[in-house]
Amino acid sequence: MADTTLTRTGVLSTADGRPLKSALARAQSRAKWRAFLLVAPLLLFVLVTFVAPIGQMLFRSVHHDGFSRNMPHLSAWFAANPRGTEPGEAAFAALADDLKAARQNRTAGEIGTRINYDLSGTRSLFTATARSADKLAPPYREALLAENRQWGDPRLWEAMRGASGALTPNFYLSALDLQRSPDGGIERAPPENRVYLMLFERTFLLSGIIMVMTLVLGYPVAHLLAVLPLRTSNLLMILVLLPFWTSLLVRTTSWIVLLQSQGVVNNVLVASGVLTEETRLQMIYNQAGTIIAMTHILLPFMILPLYSVMRPIPPSYVRAARSLGASSWCAFRRIYFPQTIPGIAAGALLVFILAVGYYITPALVGGASGQLISNLIAFHMSKSNWSLAAAIAAILLAAVLVLYWLYDRLIGIDNMKLG
Amino acid sequence: MAGPQQDAAFVQFERVQKSYDGETLVVKDLNLAIGKGEFLTMLGPSGSGKTTCLMMLAGFETATHGEIRLAGRPINQVPPHKRDIGMVFQNYALFPHMTVGENLAFPLEVRGIGRSEREAKITRALDMVQMGAFASRRPAQLSGGQQQRIALARALVFDPALVLMDEPLGALDKQLREHMQFEIKHLHDNLGITVVYVTHDQGEALTMSDRVAVFNDGRIQQLAPPDELYERPANSFVAGFIGENNRLRGTVEDIGPDRALVRLASGELIEATPVNVTRKGQATLVSIRPERVEFKPDLMPTGAHTLEAEVLEFIYMGDIFRTRLRVTGQDDFVIKSRNAQGQRRLEPGEKIRIGWAPQDARALDPA
Repeated sequence: MADTTLTRTGVLSTADGRPLKSALARAQSRAKWRAFLLVAPLLLFVLVTFVAPIGQMLFRSVHHDGFSRNMPHLSAWFAANPRGTEPGEAAFAALADDLKAARQNRTAGEIGTRINYDLSGTRSLFTATARSADKLAPPYREALLAENRQWGDPRLWEAMRGASGALTPNFYLSALDLQRSPDGGIERAPPENRVYLMLFERTFLLSGIIMVMTLVLGYPVAHLLAVLPLRTSNLLMILVLLPFWTSLLVRTTSWIVLLQSQGVVNNVLVASGVLTEETRLQMIYNQAGTIIAMTHILLPFMILPLYSVMRPIPPSYVRAARSLGASSWCAFRRIYFPQTIPGIAAGALLVFILAVGYYITPALVGGASGQLISNLIAFHMSKSNWSLAAAIAAILLAAVLVLYWLYDRLIGIDNMKLG
Repeated sequence: MAGPQQDAAFVQFERVQKSYDGETLVVKDLNLAIGKGEFLTMLGPSGSGKTTCLMMLAGFETATHGEIRLAGRPINQVPPHKRDIGMVFQNYALFPHMTVGENLAFPLEVRGIGRSEREAKITRALDMVQMGAFASRRPAQLSGGQQQRIALARALVFDPALVLMDEPLGALDKQLREHMQFEIKHLHDNLGITVVYVTHDQGEALTMSDRVAVFNDGRIQQLAPPDELYERPANSFVAGFIGENNRLRGTVEDIGPDRALVRLASGELIEATPVNVTRKGQATLVSIRPERVEFKPDLMPTGAHTLEAEVLEFIYMGDIFRTRLRVTGQDDFVIKSRNAQGQRRLEPGEKIRIGWAPQDARALDPA
């Protein structure tokens, strides 16, 4: 300890008496600032284009003011009267006032759309009544009921109560095939409206199948690449990476050319007598099409992490196992395979997460039975139901995070090798 | 150990050839018999075919031609895991996902040996290499020397009759390497196992082996005990590869059964022992070990031919002095003298006469 001294309190200090820790921090602060400045542009970019939209999406999934903003009087009545209050003349008067305002401001469509999310078939009720709102006169209850009997429906009033606040969990309920019962409780949606849970289930099942298929197909290839001489394996690696250099759309449509019922594969099978004209296989526009095309597209994401784990495993491990008396299968199972688990885990997680959110391929080759949850998100976005799309997406995000957490618990995230 | 009889050979290579690409032979017509209990070292520069021979013996490479026999049984078609040969690899090849104990248990498990017997054998093998306390460690937690010991214990734990070692000490520092050389040698002596050892380090080969096979260009250049190899190299490759040697070029002036007279390029005549020269007029390379060269007139062997030399450089190396001389126009002639009491230190520029006993100068092929 030539340049540092131990003071009486036990704190190390430099030769001129400053505490060693703060001297070190000062010496390193410049380097830290420089490192931060190097990362700053990306950090800013990620904040603007990734964190902010995700935050907005999560906000939209619980927020919709299409009703509450345009129906101030009725919203105030809901706020003043607790759930279970029979809507009396005061409530109908507030409703009529708001409908008159809606006619002037041309917001009846927006209001109807919001209620329509929770109770389908009600949009026209709002637009039609608003159109004749000027003729409404007290007593409003009778007038409105005369206009349309539906105004007395307790389900409608429950839906309007739900929409009277801008914040609502109802989009999450819809995304989980649930709805509000007339008394404000939660019940399952009628069977003909249940679609989301089935699609979540299918998405995870298909993603699992695709993950297993990429592993089964990719593992031997990655092993071959890892044991070949570098020059040969680099050439083969180009073939593995080739799909990355081709447009996703081109690859997907070429699968259509190959797999359709009058396509190359079927024609060859018919010509060779394996199939007849009547038994042509339906390999596309269904789940089979989605699985085949996505397995092909996601295969490199499995092979690359596997390869990066397998390449540095020296052949002497397997040789040592063989010389110690293990058959080649035993040497693979006990020595080689355990060492490739970080690669398998990384590849599987990567492929699964990519598959869960895949959109374009199932949209093109999935037909009706091969659609995934992301296609439904896209559908709702195209219908401008941003809140429901956001709710589904948020559930998907949560599911992926849960998977990620499980993975960390079971395998350990620091055990993962991506390349 | 005396050279083993052909029929008593434990390991035998017979006319073995090996080619990887079908164009060049890496191993050319190898014939080698290794006796039971022998410590045989394959020594040679990289690419000389020594490792290929070891891999063929272990079963990781197949011989292109010829037969390899183990205890009289041809093993060309026997897969490596049925050969019962222990092997120590250059990078140790300890399984990183297993503890030391599991590494040692592996060869016993695949042989179906019961738990209690397994434990006993593992304990014995670990004690043998003084690593008894390390059974629950992972290989990554051990130093290079410790890993080396574990690799050794693992290759011995299933009591193989033959153990192969592929440059096992290459990654260790000099001091540890020398220490491990003795330990391996002692294990060999105590266990009575047969060891085939591959190295490119001649010092290692000389200290440990019963016999050394010097490989070059796919052939065994010389197969002999260490002392014979050093003192009586059979050709100029062996002379140059094992230890340091001074080379003087010349032509055979006269030749007898155990004496040859060689005229050097500069015109001087020296006496040498003919090794692979047979007739007058042949070109030859005379090889003399640096420590066999004498420069003190009173110690000069009687009747030795002496040559004029000029001291160019004196290097102090601790236990020895290394002096570079200019002799017959060549300035790479080296002599070594022990740093003994009263030893003379030669000064650069000094003119001396050097000489040697004729049996220490060997007339070899001109190579």
